[in-house]
Amino acid sequence: MNKQITHLFGVVLVLFTLLVVFTSRWTVFEAKSLQNQTANRRPLLEQLQIPRGFIYADDGTVLAKNVRSGHGPTLRYSRTYPTNELFSHTVGYSFITHGSAGLEKEYNDQLAGNANEFSSIIDELSGQKKVGNDLHTTLDPAAQKLALQLLAGRPGSVVALDPRTGAVKVMASVPNYNPNSIPSQFKRLNTDQAAPLFNRATQGGYPPGSSMKVVTAVAALDTGRYTPNSVVSGKSPKILGGVPLSNCCTEGSGNYGPLSLTEALAKSVNTVWGEVGEKLGKKVMFRYMERFGFDSKPKLDLPSDELGVSGVYGSHGQLLGPSDAIDIARVAIGQERLRVSPLQMAEVAAAVANGGKLMKPRLVDRIENPDGQTVDTRGPAEVQTVMKSSTAQQVTAMMEQVVKAGTATSAQIPGVTVAGKTGTAEVANGTSNQAWFIAFAPVPNPRVAIAVTIERTQGEGGTVAAPIAKQIIQQLLKGNG
Amino acid sequence: MSARSRELFGLIPVTLLVTAGFTAVLITRSSQINKVSITYGLFFLGCCVFAHIFIRARLPHADPYLFPLGALLAAFGLVMIYRIDTTLARQQAEWFVVGLVLFCATIVFLRDYRTLERYRYTIAAASIGLLLLPRVPGIGGATNGAYLAIHIGSLQFQPAEFAKIGIVIFLASYLRETRDVLVRGRIPRISLKHFGPLLLVWGLAMLMLIFIRDLGSSIMFFGAFLAILYVATARLSFVVGGLAMFVLGSVFFANHVPHVHERVVIWLHPFRPDLVESSSYQIAQALFAQADGGLFGRGFGQSLLQLPVGGKLVTILPAAHTDTIYAVITNELGLFGAAGVILVYLLFVARGFKTALMAHDGFSKLLAAGLAAVFALQVFVIVGGVTRVIPLTGVTLPFVSYGGSSILANFVVLALLLMISNEARRTHTERGGVV
Repeated sequence: MNKQITHLFGVVLVLFTLLVVFTSRWTVFEAKSLQNQTANRRPLLEQLQIPRGFIYADDGTVLAKNVRSGHGPTLRYSRTYPTNELFSHTVGYSFITHGSAGLEKEYNDQLAGNANEFSSIIDELSGQKKVGNDLHTTLDPAAQKLALQLLAGRPGSVVALDPRTGAVKVMASVPNYNPNSIPSQFKRLNTDQAAPLFNRATQGGYPPGSSMKVVTAVAALDTGRYTPNSVVSGKSPKILGGVPLSNCCTEGSGNYGPLSLTEALAKSVNTVWGEVGEKLGKKVMFRYMERFGFDSKPKLDLPSDELGVSGVYGSHGQLLGPSDAIDIARVAIGQERLRVSPLQMAEVAAAVANGGKLMKPRLVDRIENPDGQTVDTRGPAEVQTVMKSSTAQQVTAMMEQVVKAGTATSAQIPGVTVAGKTGTAEVANGTSNQAWFIAFAPVPNPRVAIAVTIERTQGEGGTVAAPIAKQIIQQLLKGNG
Repeated sequence: MSARSRELFGLIPVTLLVTAGFTAVLITRSSQINKVSITYGLFFLGCCVFAHIFIRARLPHADPYLFPLGALLAAFGLVMIYRIDTTLARQQAEWFVVGLVLFCATIVFLRDYRTLERYRYTIAAASIGLLLLPRVPGIGGATNGAYLAIHIGSLQFQPAEFAKIGIVIFLASYLRETRDVLVRGRIPRISLKHFGPLLLVWGLAMLMLIFIRDLGSSIMFFGAFLAILYVATARLSFVVGGLAMFVLGSVFFANHVPHVHERVVIWLHPFRPDLVESSSYQIAQALFAQADGGLFGRGFGQSLLQLPVGGKLVTILPAAHTDTIYAVITNELGLFGAAGVILVYLLFVARGFKTALMAHDGFSKLLAAGLAAVFALQVFVIVGGVTRVIPLTGVTLPFVSYGGSSILANFVVLALLLMISNEARRTHTERGGVV
């Protein structure tokens, strides 16, 4: 019988090997796919046990931190936002029950400490607990606070950047929300008609109105087809795109004689810029729009689904290009079916301000580990050269005139040269306006580029948006070097 | 070094493991070393040393590794259960003591295990009776659709744990006597006399599928039967024929008994969206727990067993202390820890087979091989269930899972194996053989 007993042991050996093989299958070979099963709540729970990295403003203000509860296996961390609604859309939120948004989502791997595969294996071997890295952002809490105060609850947005580095200083979107209330109020916030969860600064698609004329001016001068002194007739109405366009009922009014482009920008004369746009043609206009960043997602470090694309949209929500039937004269003055985000318009101002070089907009400056060592730096990076520096200088001079003697005198700052452009687009069948102001200062070495917009206002760009921009520029110039 | 001294030394790592394990769990729990861990360790050492002295006195020649291996598994089980639920661990510790008492009582009162042969039909009848008890209204009842336990007052009892010993004793005794008939001639004649017992036990296994509705138990019993049959007759044809009949029967019942069918569907499609939150929740969560363990595991006491939902703690892994304890082990100790546990079981089974090899008479050989085989199959059925090798069923992981019946029954298995090996090795030594 001994032979059979030995055989039997062989069978047991095979069976037990099978058990180890299957255990390996679940623990190693198929572990990743099991962890991705939606019914598997362990990865979520694990995140609750990791102290997420903090998020800081540029002056060290804590924008996101953790609340600790329990110990041992019941240890849990949950997120709290000390500045409440100040940076709701930008910082976003992170809750097990409601997912995440904003920087919390974009930098989740860094914040949750699972960025480095190699170090996580080392940690596993040494039984080291995962700890998240901290985000140090470029955001300026004082200026942001001022922006929210000045918007005063009116739906709209302010985006301010440092044109030299692309650092985003202010990103305000109203209405906003308190991220601390996400767990209890999410449903209400998500169904609210005013869309408080929507980041207007990056997702908003508004008609830019005359602020678009900066893009048209850049295209006109950079191609060499026009100079700031080129004279174009300012008569009204004028047949453009086969339809009469008049200067009435936008900004300034009426019928002008021959005007230099500088005068036409300061007075925001539609018939002049419409004609310039039509003469340049769709190809040239689109070339420059695309150089500024239109027709593609902004390069900002927020989740892709929180970034909108600026451009001309067709009736099915598709992006149109130069080969489509588009009234380019009206695109040139910010009408037609052009939809832009405040971030895009701030980038337009920034590109001119920075001598024609568009810098990559960025919210995070550096990532630090819990020991305070910098593990990653997001330094300034150039997206591309939009225009020659001489063009930038000329357009800057034209935009100075807008503030000095044109539609934006309300943006003047004593002792500081401000360059800007207003915009007022009629919305809701002409019953109200989308007011805009884009600007940068101080000329000749701008440190701030800004876009301000207010939805459905009775005011105009120069009366409601420009004063807001002025105060935020003052605040930002006071704050940084 | 004498066999008994080796046994004593074998107990040292066991005690260290208990102490270290409890310390680890307590540190995770309260972030401080508590004297409780030392107390547990010393108490456990005390029990084991007592049992060791007892074996030294009563079974001086017995295998020196079986007891430390069993104790190691029991100690490990205690730590795991303590980590899951401290109250259950206290009860399990009490059962461990009762188990040791039963272990000693078996050795004292049985004296010569060969007398069991005389009562084989009584034992067989009692075992079948035990198996059917959970179907008796009033004391029995189904858990997850399987009839595995009876309730008397607050006590729960799993009769299958004891029935497995009874059936093995019966089969060893019956086949010792009839093996000559079965192996006579080169090709066994197809006659009721030859296939009667085979058919009977096959019928019994199928009956279990219908009555207690537990595929795991029926694999365990039928597998043990085939193992003993093979050792007794050396006829592979019996094993192949038996396996074929079992598979055919199982497939038939899987298609015709709704509960068994459901088990099979769950086994094949645990992540189907309509099942994963209801009937296949347990196996899915057990697999998630294993995936979470990885190579090295999360450490003693680190497994997530409960989930806070709306301020309340909800169990994330059902039956963590019984059916799915292997998933908790893998979660906390990883693939290496789990493989280590399987290795300990393999060593235990190996010592069981070694005992069978050394035994001199047919009954002793068949009994030892049968006990080792049923023990191994039980491990295979539950670990295989948790790792999705076979459908998950409700048998316990011997010595490790929580449960009084399981601990008691396995101590009886241990006692029987030690008695057989004492007998085998005594004669070996007397003949001057090397042990």
